[in-house]
Amino acid sequence: MHKIVSQNVNFYYGEFQALHDISLSVKENTVTALIGPSGCGKSTYLRLLNRMNDLIDNTHMSGTITIDGNDIYDKHTNVDDLRKNVGMVFQKPNPFPKTIFENVAYGLRVNGITDKKIIEERVITSIEQVALWEEVKDKLHKSAFELSGGQQQRLCIARALAIQPSVLLMDEPTSALDPISTSKVEELIYELKKQYTIVIVTHNMQQAGRISDNTAFFYMGELIEYDKTKTIFTKPTKKQTEDYITGRFG
Amino acid sequence: MSTEKKLANKKRRNQNIAFGLFTGISYSVVGLLFVILAFIVVKGIGVISWEFISAMPKEGMTAGGIFPAIVGTLCLVLVSMVFAFPVGVFAAIYMNEYVKDGWVKKIIKQMTNNLAGVPSIVFGLFGMSLFVNKLGFGDSILAGGLTLGLLVLPVVIRTTEESLKAVENTFRQASLGLGASKWQTTRNVVFPIAFPNIITGLILSIGRVSGETAPILFTVAAYFLPKLPTSIFDQAMALPYHLYVISTSGTNIEASRAMAYGTALVLIVIVLISNLLANKLRKHFGKKVKMN
Ligand SMILES: Nc1ncnc2c1ncn2[C@@H]1O[C@H](COP(=O)(O)OP(=O)(O)OP(=O)(O)O)[C@@H](O)[C@H]1O
Ligand SMILES: [Mg+2]
Repeated sequence: MHKIVSQNVNFYYGEFQALHDISLSVKENTVTALIGPSGCGKSTYLRLLNRMNDLIDNTHMSGTITIDGNDIYDKHTNVDDLRKNVGMVFQKPNPFPKTIFENVAYGLRVNGITDKKIIEERVITSIEQVALWEEVKDKLHKSAFELSGGQQQRLCIARALAIQPSVLLMDEPTSALDPISTSKVEELIYELKKQYTIVIVTHNMQQAGRISDNTAFFYMGELIEYDKTKTIFTKPTKKQTEDYITGRFG
Repeated sequence: MSTEKKLANKKRRNQNIAFGLFTGISYSVVGLLFVILAFIVVKGIGVISWEFISAMPKEGMTAGGIFPAIVGTLCLVLVSMVFAFPVGVFAAIYMNEYVKDGWVKKIIKQMTNNLAGVPSIVFGLFGMSLFVNKLGFGDSILAGGLTLGLLVLPVVIRTTEESLKAVENTFRQASLGLGASKWQTTRNVVFPIAFPNIITGLILSIGRVSGETAPILFTVAAYFLPKLPTSIFDQAMALPYHLYVISTSGTNIEASRAMAYGTALVLIVIVLISNLLANKLRKHFGKKVKMN
């Protein structure tokens, strides 16, 4: 059963076509890595999955994307509900100017949850899920900016988890982190895949190899090759893929 | 080899000339500013006393103090800010967060910029015909304050817009990505991050408001009014206009010369204080929302 199915997706920034005819399906409870040289459209594709590109003026898309069988670009789709179901984590840790607790509680509050008990429960569970509890339990009501970059990034993941999405999108989530924080986040992703479907953009080939089940190679807005990560890294069928993963360009 | 050396020499010489020129210019500007300040301090410090800032003017404004003008200016600043802050901030939020890029936005932007370039005397005339006459406020703090508010509105809008623009888009995306509405995002995330910069812009506009003469000329300013205003429908004296009056048309211009410099000094000090305050506030709030 496929969780996310995109068919013949084209995407344009004004006149510029950033994605060409992308068809790609993602299985539930897997990690899918999107790789490819800078500017090839990885982030653009990722942002289509929670309709974040809607925020950019003068853009349009064609083709269909379904999540759990529902066309997410259908007129009747509630974008807020979609985004609640599809969490996102960004390249640079970007906690809100609030306390650690309030950062995680934010998604609950804006979705109308007011019950203090439920909020507290969910906040604590989410922080535990990202293995941050021991580090922050004594300063939940301090500013999130007091945390290290790696801790902030895990907090941002907790923030996304608090509203119980089923899909998690990550755009180079470790590229601003040190090696130790990076491996913590990688372990975390491995754990999270049991409950979530994860799509992650990464420039780090080893990372893609370590954590993903499937890998999609993008080049100049096209999906060149998409297969099991092992296959992509050991016997890619396309010359461009091989050149890229062996570091000959990009 | 030797042509290379020549080229290098020439490059270095040009660089030195340009550098010297820029250094010279910047020091002259700073120096000039300092001279103006020093001039006013030296000329004005003599009349500064407790009486000068706390008493009514006396003897055809050649003696006594400037208390009503100080109070008048503070009232005008207050009224103009109470009007211009919320209106300007909301306009900027609407423009930056809600209106899509396109010709409508371009036109509004252009209009705002043009408005910022309109001479202040024109605002004075407009304020007189709208607030004083049409709306029947008469010559009053309300009419003058609103006129000054209109004058700084473009500044408030522009600084707020710049501050909102400086907020990285991923903050908006993160909030919207959690299912928050646009308004929730703006109010809870974008605005708090932009706030330190916004407040700075706002306070800087106080300096502008307290120094303007033309907009208050026909809308509020009293030539000589040795009592304090009791409501926003009263006329009032104001520092810049008082300064103008005693330097050009007082009963005895020579005798009030020192008073004029004293008044200028007080005005400058008010502006300086508001600038210092702006810096303090920005640092204070900046610490709270500091980016990584
Ligand atoms: N907001 C935008 N407006 C116009 N063009 C854009 C915009 N965002 C991206 N693009 C263009 O779309 C193409 C794909 O960009 P995208 O950000 O998806 O690349 P990417 O694969 O994520 O690159 P990177 O690895 O550098 O993050 C690029 O050519 C880029 O210049
Ligand atoms: Mg990208």
